[in-house]
Amino acid sequence: MKKPLITTALALSAALVSSTALSADKIKIGVSYPTPTHAWAAGMNWHAEQAEKRLEALHPDIDLVLVNSPDPAAQASALEDLVSVHQIDALVVLPFESEPLTDPVLNVKKSGALITVVDRGLSQPGIEDIYVAGNNPELGRVSAEYMMTRLESGDNIVILRGIPTLIDNERFDAFMETIEGSGINVLDHKHANWNRDDGFEVMQDFLSRFPDIDAVWAQDDDIAIGVVAALEQAERTGDGMFVVGGAGMKETIKGIMDGNTLVPVDVLYPPSMIATAMDVTVAAFKSNGPVAGRYILGATLITSENAESFYFPDSPF
Amino acid sequence: MSDKPASKKFSLAGMGVDLTTAGPAIALLILCVIGYLLNPAFISEGNISNLLTRSAFIGIIAIGATFVITSGGIDLSVGSMAAVIAGVMIITMNALVETIGSGVATVILGCLCAIILGIGAGYINGALTTKGKIEAFIVTLGTMGIFRSLVTYFADGGTLSLNFEIRGVYRPVYYDSFLGLPIPVWVFAVVAISGWLLLNRTAFGRYCTAIGSNESVAKYSAIKVDRVKTYTYIIQGLCVALATIIYVPRLGSASSSTGVLWELEAIAAVIIGGTVLKGGYGRIGGTILGALILTTIGNILNFTDMISNYLNGTMQGLIIIIAVWLQRGSAKN
Repeated sequence: MKKPLITTALALSAALVSSTALSADKIKIGVSYPTPTHAWAAGMNWHAEQAEKRLEALHPDIDLVLVNSPDPAAQASALEDLVSVHQIDALVVLPFESEPLTDPVLNVKKSGALITVVDRGLSQPGIEDIYVAGNNPELGRVSAEYMMTRLESGDNIVILRGIPTLIDNERFDAFMETIEGSGINVLDHKHANWNRDDGFEVMQDFLSRFPDIDAVWAQDDDIAIGVVAALEQAERTGDGMFVVGGAGMKETIKGIMDGNTLVPVDVLYPPSMIATAMDVTVAAFKSNGPVAGRYILGATLITSENAESFYFPDSPF
Repeated sequence: MSDKPASKKFSLAGMGVDLTTAGPAIALLILCVIGYLLNPAFISEGNISNLLTRSAFIGIIAIGATFVITSGGIDLSVGSMAAVIAGVMIITMNALVETIGSGVATVILGCLCAIILGIGAGYINGALTTKGKIEAFIVTLGTMGIFRSLVTYFADGGTLSLNFEIRGVYRPVYYDSFLGLPIPVWVFAVVAISGWLLLNRTAFGRYCTAIGSNESVAKYSAIKVDRVKTYTYIIQGLCVALATIIYVPRLGSASSSTGVLWELEAIAAVIIGGTVLKGGYGRIGGTILGALILTTIGNILNFTDMISNYLNGTMQGLIIIIAVWLQRGSAKN
């Protein structure tokens, strides 16, 4: 009984010594992002934690420090701490807002750290060494192209948009541009604020207003859940009706795997992009190839064929 | 001094009832006519039933708010409270599936849990305001933040979803009808009638009005001010719980975005209906009209593409101001 205890104690102290000895020459990478307050961000938080475990196991000399902050000012302070306390060699940052975080990130760069910016760009070009982001116009275009494969000229669709922002406009404009000339009628488009309740109510009103709707572009998986509830309530799920959402929520992807005909596909705007950014940043220290540059992820169309590789049952999103 | 106009209005209420009722009723009527002119489908049976069902959430919460506001208080925490109650209810029912299965009993226990939470949360707001002697605005601003962050915490930042089998059992509470009216509308009607009786036909209702008009005078008149005020917050909590019970089966989920800004909608419904914001005069009938007006605005905006989506907030703001102006204008006559 005693022996294993002693050996563990010995091993532990040896590990402690070696880790303190190592910490000096460990590569420290700070990862800063907003505190998750909605499902997509919670998914991002989960993927960041997964990537941390995976990368630290793979590279014992890499130390990732994850910090999340509830508002832009707190994120700016967190960045200062990452430099002064942790003396990071690289920073992966998803800025809360572009404007207030441009200077704080610039200060981190001045300390000599490599900068990776995720999703939301800074308001000044040239600060980041690596940029990783989803592709909003592409999400609109891919959604529109799928619609065009399923619909004919003269068919009617309605669109539920997100929160009125640049992101929403980029998606919407690209969608409209793509379907132009296809003969598909957009009956109307309203903001449903990336929210299930609003999706439900807006869709209820569309259903009362338009007797003939062939498909719905909900742009987002949360909105799509509200839309589906409204369609089921009005018993208008038949006649080949289908709904296209976006993002890559696990429940939606599970439905696609199970052959759901009402929501047959999804368009990816993955919260796991933070993991991609962490991988690329680590590669900057480990790879023999150059990695600096801009990484714009594809807005992949998720169908029953490829759904499995985008399904993370343990993620909150 | 400052209570004079309120008490004057109260004494006028006897003969002015028809006129004060007329304001919000006229506003609602005008809105319906506009809705019909924009699209005749507005008065279709399906749309009217959607409208009434949707108003039930804000309406039920606003009936509770009428008591709080009439007695001179305010509750900003109702939206967050609804979210956290919905969240805990879902967690409870999901946990119960393993022990007692996914039957009606689970749903009833979930509802009981919601009611206990609502009463408890209302009691906390009330006790902190009366016994703690902290302004209601600050207490409920505090609990608003607490409840909101709790639901985010319970949901791990994401969304809590109700077990699929219970959803099947619970679903009729939102989607089914009884005698042609959806069940949420029945709940709304029962809460409204009980609220009206409580405010207008009982000593408790008169105490609320008296406290709202002049708290010191009410105290000297041997009214147990602290107890009555605490009860108004408990009624508010109970109303939030009832609204949540009919909200959860709709989409079977709760997240940090559930019930955002419901507190302002509820307060707006109360004020549009003719209740005085600083207390001393309350009208349940008006509150119901106020809730209907707010829902109808959103509904009409979805029925037309004449107004830019970006201006929805402007239209809502304008209509709320006009509705209150109509009601105040007629109160003066």
